[in-house]
Amino acid sequence: MLNTTELLAIPALPLIASLIVGLFGWALKEKLSHTITTGSVILSAVLSVHVFTQVLGGASFYGNFWTWMLSDTFVVPVGMMIDQLTAIMMITVTVVSACVHIYTIGYMHGDPGYSRFFSYISGFTFSMLVLVMGNNFFTLFFGWEAVGLVSYLLIGFWFNRESANFAALKAFIVNRVGDFGFLVGILAIWYYFGSFDYREVFAAVPAFVAQGDTLHLFSWEMSAITFICLSLFIGAMGKSGQVPLHVWLPDSMEGPTPISALIHAATMVTAGVFMVARCSPMFEYSETALAAVILVGAVTAWMCATIGLVQNDIKRVIAYSTCSQLGYMFVACGVSAYSVGIFHLMTHAYFKALLFLAAGSVIHAVMAEQDIRKMGQLRKYMPITYITMLIAALALSGVPPFAGFWSKDLIIESVGVRELGWIGDFAYFAVLSGVFMTAFYTFRMFFLTFHNSNRVPEKTRSHLHESPKVITIPLMILAVGAFASGAWGVLGLDIANPEIVNGYFGTSLFVLDVHNPLLAIAEEGHHAWYHFVFSAPFWLAIGGIGLAFAMYFRETDMPGKLATAAKPVYTFLLNKWYWDELYERILMRPAQCLGNILWQKGDLGMIDKGIIHGGVVGGVLAGMTRMRDAQTGYVYHYAFAMVIGVFGALTYLVLKG
Amino acid sequence: MDLNNVLGFPILTWSIFLPTLGAILIWLFVSNEKAVRWSALAVSVATFLLTIPLWLSFDNSTAHMQFEEFHPWIEAFNVNYRLGVDGISMPFILLTSLLTVICIVSAWDCIKTRVKEYMIAFLILETTLIGVFASLDAILFYFFWEAMLIPMYLIIGIWGGKNRVYATIKFFLYTLAGSVLMLVAVLAMYFKAGQTFDIQALMAYPFDFDWQFWVWIGFFVAFAVKVPMWPVHTWLPDAHTEAPTAGSVILAGILLKMGAYGFLRFSLPICPDASQYFVPFIVVLSLIAVVYISLVAMMQTDMKRLIAYSSIAHMGFVTLGTFMFTQQAVEGAIYGMISHGFVAAALFLCVGVLYDRMHTREIGAYGGVVNVMPIFAAVMMLFCMANVALPGASAFVAEIMVLAGTFSADQLYGMVISSKWVAVMAATSVVLSACYTLWMYKRVIFGDLVKDEVKAMPDMNMRELGFFMPLIVLVIWLGIYPVPVLDVMHTSVANLIVQATASKLPAADLLAQAEMLQHAVTH
Repeated sequence: MLNTTELLAIPALPLIASLIVGLFGWALKEKLSHTITTGSVILSAVLSVHVFTQVLGGASFYGNFWTWMLSDTFVVPVGMMIDQLTAIMMITVTVVSACVHIYTIGYMHGDPGYSRFFSYISGFTFSMLVLVMGNNFFTLFFGWEAVGLVSYLLIGFWFNRESANFAALKAFIVNRVGDFGFLVGILAIWYYFGSFDYREVFAAVPAFVAQGDTLHLFSWEMSAITFICLSLFIGAMGKSGQVPLHVWLPDSMEGPTPISALIHAATMVTAGVFMVARCSPMFEYSETALAAVILVGAVTAWMCATIGLVQNDIKRVIAYSTCSQLGYMFVACGVSAYSVGIFHLMTHAYFKALLFLAAGSVIHAVMAEQDIRKMGQLRKYMPITYITMLIAALALSGVPPFAGFWSKDLIIESVGVRELGWIGDFAYFAVLSGVFMTAFYTFRMFFLTFHNSNRVPEKTRSHLHESPKVITIPLMILAVGAFASGAWGVLGLDIANPEIVNGYFGTSLFVLDVHNPLLAIAEEGHHAWYHFVFSAPFWLAIGGIGLAFAMYFRETDMPGKLATAAKPVYTFLLNKWYWDELYERILMRPAQCLGNILWQKGDLGMIDKGIIHGGVVGGVLAGMTRMRDAQTGYVYHYAFAMVIGVFGALTYLVLKG
Repeated sequence: MDLNNVLGFPILTWSIFLPTLGAILIWLFVSNEKAVRWSALAVSVATFLLTIPLWLSFDNSTAHMQFEEFHPWIEAFNVNYRLGVDGISMPFILLTSLLTVICIVSAWDCIKTRVKEYMIAFLILETTLIGVFASLDAILFYFFWEAMLIPMYLIIGIWGGKNRVYATIKFFLYTLAGSVLMLVAVLAMYFKAGQTFDIQALMAYPFDFDWQFWVWIGFFVAFAVKVPMWPVHTWLPDAHTEAPTAGSVILAGILLKMGAYGFLRFSLPICPDASQYFVPFIVVLSLIAVVYISLVAMMQTDMKRLIAYSSIAHMGFVTLGTFMFTQQAVEGAIYGMISHGFVAAALFLCVGVLYDRMHTREIGAYGGVVNVMPIFAAVMMLFCMANVALPGASAFVAEIMVLAGTFSADQLYGMVISSKWVAVMAATSVVLSACYTLWMYKRVIFGDLVKDEVKAMPDMNMRELGFFMPLIVLVIWLGIYPVPVLDVMHTSVANLIVQATASKLPAADLLAQAEMLQHAVTH
């Protein structure tokens, strides 16, 4: 058993720090604000690592602390469950958060909202910890909504920018569409299982599936477990930026860069993947839901990679890459390789957070310019940023022995060995071609930023410099993770070891033997250390980097020629497949139009003008309005109406006898 | 006077009439405006403190009426002064006494003309509102219900905005039309049930289906106007827009609750068979309230009108929960009313704060307010998020309980689709409420500071922060620890559900009705 006080302290520390700095930030100096919050998050990270080591040793925790809501059979407890899945999420969240806190000290220095920012990110750390540490669906939902709120506040952090406010609103509303599904899923779980508790629900799933409950809508029928899983997955799609709910994630880049790294890359957006993995005992029993997870993940992985190819905003390239990588994680979950999905989540958290923070360092140096066409040759000025970003880029592209290689390779192999019909084939194509595109756009961005010709405007050039230590140290810490976390996962945590089901994750994930791709991989004998040399992903990654090298390492006219030659495709990708325009046409404008019609024609036209003004009441109303005197006449009418009423009632009763 | 009371004094009578007594004393003896304000505040605080023992000494384990008082009134017609509360009505009395204090503080500086009359109107309004929730005699209930109209009418009509005359008359006629039908229903029951107005006796009397049907409709019109339900809701946006801030607070906070309270106190237990019969009807109207009204709310350009529409949408949840006859749904509905009492009140107060500075409610006139009023922006953000029903805010508890209760209601009397799909449709409010609330917030609070008038706005003063404080505490407390409030309701609601799901009809009639329902479903 783990120590309860220690476990409670992990989320409580950032919460308390967030409240202190949030409420009294106006009275605190910058130094005090960041010391309180950063200190508490570092402490929480240290405790998380301690908990993790105990979990490695076989410890776990399960318990309820108090009852949130209670009504008859509707019991909502607040409790914690610490197992292998939780523990790895905890260290990922707190370590990345601690790095981002330190980084922020340098990055946000001098911003008028300095302490507010620290209050938000600490509050975020608390919410995310609640999300992963809870032992029931409601605690999960609480954290889920809380991270959404903080995300909204941080995207709109610079509230004077119209684009930031719009992006914040968009993020919140699109996420709410997902939450709608999630909420319905939770209600269905309570209805069918009579509980919100993970253990109770998961234990009851096999019997429940055997019982074969279905849902009906008119003549349409669906099995209850599929309904639950699909509803939950809608929630995951919203939070994790999956098509068609991905539109908010690239726009969320309006927020300050540290939160792009923390919230919109490393932690919050992966909550959907975490949730699907957590609910693996349910998803395993619904082939339909798993197929939906694969399909959505594969489409997102592929589509967002194509968009990433042509974007010119450094943060947007990375943002589309995030969407795409989240798609990979969902594909992994969909083919029942949950442990691999979470593994990729972890490696991705390190290298993607690093990529963003390094990008932030670049943006800082070139005076808030984000267009990679106005950068170039920056390696000369910022060597540490250059090296760390190179590590992150290699990890993202899947080059061995960097972290991303280990996890991504396992995902692709897992998809390859499962036989899932056309969805499986499509997913395999998507993740494979995705590797090539990922390597290409990552290095396109990398070369344009650090190599190629120096296109930095004259007046900024004198300002170019390496960022201070407070920024570069977190980069170096994360670089260790981006380099080593992959090898550590495979070699230290047995993620790919078929002899231990789910490797390190053990019983915290559930997978049916017939689904388990790792068993199949082992049968095909793939797992020699040098096997990558013979595998397609490795060569695709090398190919992508090579093409980027040819086109962008030095200034060439190839990119321009290519864009002109394939103009329709280029425009289509540059405009992000026109999703925003589509939603504007089919959702936003019709909804506003409908709202106006209902108001003007329905409320004002039909009800007010038609019925009220047109009827008897209208006569009285018009007469009284003309009198222009509110204070005479009302007693009279009042008494009159009462008498009429009594009279009418008596008449009715007399007639009725 | 019969007194059945652990406290040893007629606490309900005192709670009802202390504000009036205070109002009379102020009317007679206080003339200085400042003194009027302070004495009105003293009276309202005293009333609030007086109502607290209702909660502290409340016995959660029984569904019987508590703190009962009985006194013959008009003996010729068997009209009695009969008071009492159960777990359904008691929370509303506390809500009323607390919101009245906040209303009086909020009107401190903004009401400059006829301060004395204003305060007196509010205190008398408090009397009638508490009276409504404490009455156990139908005529007494009706008396308070109607009497409430007069001070409310005056508050909007005298201290209201430009278009107040139109709004007051509309408000008055709508509610009056409803009340008249309620009176007819009350009288009809009186004669049928052996000349009694005792609500508990009426609950027990086995009315046949036809009687229930017509009585239910009579009540329905009265209550639906008050809730308000679509399509008799159009008086509310007008009344809210024209009412002074405190008027809107009390209107949204308490008055709207009277309608849904009426359903719980009269329609469900007295006409259970008719209530079941009308479930599909109520469900459709409630869903219209959630979806249609939310879309209308989104397009409003006047902040108060927007919040008024949002109130109607939230009340759609309340009526939906009321007619689901499950423990969670009914408790969620009651909890939703309490929660909405605080959240909507707070949002109207927010608009009031802006209005006091700019004298306009147009969303377009604002923008970038956060630059000059950061504290206000934070407070309003909190209440907007509560309005969106984010977990941690009271509204979330209410919404989730109504949805859970609806989802699990299963068999909806005579509905063609399962209650699950009704819950799914109602859950769209998760998205819609975010659209209209946060879009308004964005346009008013965020953005660059370009308008000169906005630049000159000072942040909130201590008095303003003072009346938001209790609301902030309550919204969060009710959001994270609702159990004490829910505990008060459990037994009474369970009892109500037994009453509402049991039939008052003899077995033969039941069979006929079942066939009728079957008929309705198959066609």
